[in-house]
Amino acid sequence: MSKLVSALGAGFLFGIGLWLSGMANPKKVLGFLDVAGDWDASLMFVMGGAVAVTAIAFRFVLKRKKPFFSETFHLPLKKSIDLPLVAGSALFGIGWGIAGYCPGPALTALSTLSAESMVFVAAMIGGGILHRLFESRGR
Amino acid sequence: MHDFTPISALAGGALIGLASVWLLAADGRIAGVSTIVHGIFSSPEDRWRMAFVAGLVLAGFAWQAAGAPAPLRAGFPLGWAALAGLLVGFGTRMGSGCTSGHGVCGLGRLSLRSLAAVITFMAAGMLAAYVTRHLLGVAS
Repeated sequence: MSKLVSALGAGFLFGIGLWLSGMANPKKVLGFLDVAGDWDASLMFVMGGAVAVTAIAFRFVLKRKKPFFSETFHLPLKKSIDLPLVAGSALFGIGWGIAGYCPGPALTALSTLSAESMVFVAAMIGGGILHRLFESRGR
Repeated sequence: MHDFTPISALAGGALIGLASVWLLAADGRIAGVSTIVHGIFSSPEDRWRMAFVAGLVLAGFAWQAAGAPAPLRAGFPLGWAALAGLLVGFGTRMGSGCTSGHGVCGLGRLSLRSLAAVITFMAAGMLAAYVTRHLLGVAS
């Protein structure tokens, strides 16, 4: 139960951060990605602020034996820079640059009840399912 | 360059970082939104993912209830929104993460794999924004 409540709280804080920073506003995101337009560098500060916090605090967190409400830390194991990483990131970037939404902002933007956020999120879930189908066929 | 808001960007970014630290410290999980969303469907028995996404959406309602600005964009074509969503969903699965997982958390863990992902999606995003806005003339 405490695990669920803390995940809800983390999501909530994350979402407030997205709104405060401007990441939840696709026009602002595109103002950053579109360097040929009226360039808005603000979003570099979002990533800078976030990574400054994680880079310092993660070191202390990961020195602990285990998380508060769970038995182990679940960390990504892959270290290699392979084709799926680069190709997948490129496809993701193209979608991000078209609409100005990455997954977190798109989800919290559902609260505006805008048609574009709903269409985007539905398609994003569909894209994930599509990838799973491709993977299971390849095996 | 108008609309430059470094202070709120930095403060909002710090909150995103704190939320990621909290999720790792409390639940032992990486706050990678794409991996969390897709995980809801691949392992629905783990309900923490649903709780995190609920928190994300609730934050948007709370933000607007507090009277803070949540600008809506008019006239962005829904067909483009669907194509973009599909690419984001497929690409984040294939590339194992997005702006939060590879960016906020991966860079925080000093992962070279995540750095490669971040450079790639930033470059692709800038290229795609240029092509859709300036060459194809999509209103975004």
